[in-house]
Amino acid sequence: MWRVALSALLSHWRRHPLQLATLLLGLALATALWSGVQAINAEARASYARAAQVLDQDRLDSLVPARGLTHIGQDVFVTLRRAGWQVTPVLEGQWSRAGNSVLVYGLDPFTAPAGSLPDAMQGEGRIADFIAPPGLAYAAPQTVEALQGVAGLPPLVATRGMAPGMLFTDIGIAQTLLRAEGRISRLLILPDQPLTRPALTDIAPALERRAPLQQADTAQLTGSFHLNLTAFGFLSFAVGLFIVHSAIGLAFEQRRAMFRTLRALGVPLRVLVGLLAAEVMLLALAAGLVGVALGYAIAAALLPDVAATLRGLYGASVSGSLALRPAWWLGGLAMALAGAGVAGGQSLWRLWSLPLLAPAQPTAWARASARALRWQGAAAGALAVIAVLAGVYGSGIVGGFLLLGALLISAALALPGLLALMLGGAARLARGPLAQWFWADTRQQLPGLSLALMALLLALSANIGVGTMVSSFRLTFTAWLDQRLPSELYVTARDMAEAQRLHAWLEPRSDALLPIWKVEGTVLGGPAEVYGVADHRTYPDNWPLIVGRDDVWQTLARGQGAIVNEQLWRRAGLSLGDAIPLPGGAARPLVGVYADYGNPKGQVIIGVDDLTGLYPDVDRRRYAIRTDPAQVPGLKTALVDEFGLPADNMIDQGRVKEISLMVFERTFLVTGALNVLTMGVAGFAMFTSLLTLSTMRLPQLAPVWALGLTRARLARLELGRALLLAALTMIVAVPVGLLLAWVLLAVVNVAAFGWKLPMHVFPTDWLWLGVLALAAAGLAAAWPAWRLARLSPTALLKVFADER
Amino acid sequence: MEQGRAMLLKVEQVEKSYQSGAARVAVLRGIDLALAAGETVALTGESGSGKSTCLHLCAGLDRADAGRIAVAGQDLSGASDATLARLRRDTVGLVFQQFNLIPSLTVAANLAFQARLSGRHDADWAARLADRLGLSALLDRYPEQLSGGQQQRVAIGRTLAARPALILADEPTGNLDEATGDSVLDLMLELVAETGAGLLMVTHSTRLAARLNRQVHLRGGRLA
Repeated sequence: MWRVALSALLSHWRRHPLQLATLLLGLALATALWSGVQAINAEARASYARAAQVLDQDRLDSLVPARGLTHIGQDVFVTLRRAGWQVTPVLEGQWSRAGNSVLVYGLDPFTAPAGSLPDAMQGEGRIADFIAPPGLAYAAPQTVEALQGVAGLPPLVATRGMAPGMLFTDIGIAQTLLRAEGRISRLLILPDQPLTRPALTDIAPALERRAPLQQADTAQLTGSFHLNLTAFGFLSFAVGLFIVHSAIGLAFEQRRAMFRTLRALGVPLRVLVGLLAAEVMLLALAAGLVGVALGYAIAAALLPDVAATLRGLYGASVSGSLALRPAWWLGGLAMALAGAGVAGGQSLWRLWSLPLLAPAQPTAWARASARALRWQGAAAGALAVIAVLAGVYGSGIVGGFLLLGALLISAALALPGLLALMLGGAARLARGPLAQWFWADTRQQLPGLSLALMALLLALSANIGVGTMVSSFRLTFTAWLDQRLPSELYVTARDMAEAQRLHAWLEPRSDALLPIWKVEGTVLGGPAEVYGVADHRTYPDNWPLIVGRDDVWQTLARGQGAIVNEQLWRRAGLSLGDAIPLPGGAARPLVGVYADYGNPKGQVIIGVDDLTGLYPDVDRRRYAIRTDPAQVPGLKTALVDEFGLPADNMIDQGRVKEISLMVFERTFLVTGALNVLTMGVAGFAMFTSLLTLSTMRLPQLAPVWALGLTRARLARLELGRALLLAALTMIVAVPVGLLLAWVLLAVVNVAAFGWKLPMHVFPTDWLWLGVLALAAAGLAAAWPAWRLARLSPTALLKVFADER
Repeated sequence: MEQGRAMLLKVEQVEKSYQSGAARVAVLRGIDLALAAGETVALTGESGSGKSTCLHLCAGLDRADAGRIAVAGQDLSGASDATLARLRRDTVGLVFQQFNLIPSLTVAANLAFQARLSGRHDADWAARLADRLGLSALLDRYPEQLSGGQQQRVAIGRTLAARPALILADEPTGNLDEATGDSVLDLMLELVAETGAGLLMVTHSTRLAARLNRQVHLRGGRLA
């Protein structure tokens, strides 16, 4: 019985291959976007985990410089080892040349924890090659490939399983590469220590003991970015589910008569529901597999841009190539099954509760239900209330996304009711029988098209919202860059002696020489940089302050205050006058806050004299030069001639802006790609709904045809109806999208990145989007309309024959 | 009712009413009916007299408010949905006015459907039936490609292919013109006689009803 009943159920799909394709493609697309995003996230998290596991840093305590010191002297390591402390030195720093940048990791192979070194180092003679100049450097294969032909590095050995963007080398070789002779970044404390050893405070009082490095740094910083991606993936999945819901619902409606016949012929209800559930799951599994494969392709295409974004925004290294991880493809399949379950659940429940003798005509798809609209309106109202509550009382990124989700779903649910109101109004104004029929018929089509229109609304709103956010950000960011980068040239000396000579040489040849000196440390519980600024008009003239006292710059110059970036200000909930504790124990009152877009870290600025007083060994090699822009090329040539300064050590303002804008554009490239894909999915939803509805439209169209309208005119009216509904949806999408943009700019961005941006509106973009929506609707309606125009009169006459 | 034949259907004091707006409308007010194997009975009555309701109750498609119905000795009153489904699958054959063929299956698959569902598929019998019903040349077509008369012949073939003990037909010629309806009924009665099944047929045509062994008339919810 099971087999016979199942073959009857499945025969529906054989006769409706297009509907089957719609269902499979809808679910596959939804799964693809979701699993693609998850694949990217999984790859990034794996990279962070690999980086944190380097030298077992995620397990071992470490000793770091205290009281504002920037490094540990090698002699301190020797003292500790002699005193019995089992420690191993680590030197870490960024090495850059000719546009290539890599994190150099120097270690001592003799004292490093067993098993923590790359397997490739275990070979015979490898240790000798590793420590003797020019040494060896181990790196991930893609990093080795990226560094091919770059001069100045030791021979590279490709090693699988290493974090990308990182080089392992001997500490001595690393000290040379990083020009940090005799310096150590930190000492790792090995697990096995002698029972008795002198206290740390006695033999190395300038060191502080720290708990193991969590993946926290990178993972926390990038968490918001991944959450954004996940939210977008989920939105795409939800839009895709509209297609699946529509296709499954339609397949159930079309088979209502068959279900009744099967039950009348003796198939028990339980068996029927079980078979249909199995059918849905089988289709979901097939579509899920295709979706996961598509997702892999999407992720592989987007990953290099995501990796570049994460590197640019957060300095996080993520592999640019994708591994097939069970976690995400199994997750993708589970989402496909769950999505199909959600989409099919309502239909299965309807069948379960359907009386055997209920009318078998497809009703739900063809008949407007005022009750359903009322329920939907009530749910939309409830969600709107949740959105308002989340906006008022919610906090953090979760509150922001709750607000976004409730807002979008509320708008989507309210759409059919709003459209019904608009169409009802138009019908009342209509004059002439054809116009009256058109409006009434359009309103009658609404339930069948509402899912597709809701999907279109979500996609359009997301597009307007994200587009407004990105464009507002771009406008603010470029204006901010113009202000923030007033200096014409930035130079970095190779060592302190050269820095002194440069200073002496440049001073008479420039309008001003502004130090860019900084120390890094922990401020108010988070990683931060402390900069010193000179007392020069460049700063009051060019640095936009969000809040600040009138005499900010004079106060800094006097060493009596500090200003912080917006991120730190918001994160720590600071007010003007609050004490800012600086690394090493000093504190300065807060006198101002400045915008600092794109920086994940907290930043504090004090006067340069104050900085050198607090941190005498601060790195003083970097300067910003104010000069006539026309002088910059000559000055660069002179610096090369006079000092032999490499090109990488001189960077002009234009180049800095170019790099910053490039990072910015790449940051939103992925968002843009997901935006386009979501629009594509929504367009497809519209197409499938119109196509499947067109097969059920004949009983409504045949009488109008019989009364004297040509098939071509009916087809044109069908096309016009699709365009009209898309246009009305676009009109609703604009305020929803703007609200979405406001939430992204004022709530999510603040929670995710720590900065708030002013909102700008771009009506021309909406116009383009409107044209795109109309084009999508037109394309979606074109084929069904063409089929109608070419439909044989026999097919239309059959409607009357069936009525006998 | 002929003596000595097995009793296929026994309806005793069956009542059924429906809610219609605020009022409750009594459709059947205590009817009694019996049908033996090989017997053909016409159930006649005006529109809304409860003929179809009576047939649905006998098929286990709906439940009576009061009274007792037994099909092939099986009491339907307290039977579970699964038991009723098994009864329809194994014992009862239904022929509908609207044909109710499965649109996505071919004529051949529709003809064999119920027989396969009940595990009694006999290819030779199905082929003979198709031949007798004039469907042999149409086996690969789909229902939408057939005329109303042809569709009803497929529906009758589907029922007879499973050799049910009791056939319940709800105005099987109601959707057909007179000539086609007559020829379809001829065939059905001929084949019912061949298989020895009992037939209860709902119709409001006294002309057609006269062609069956016995006629019972429903009026005001009672058998006249």
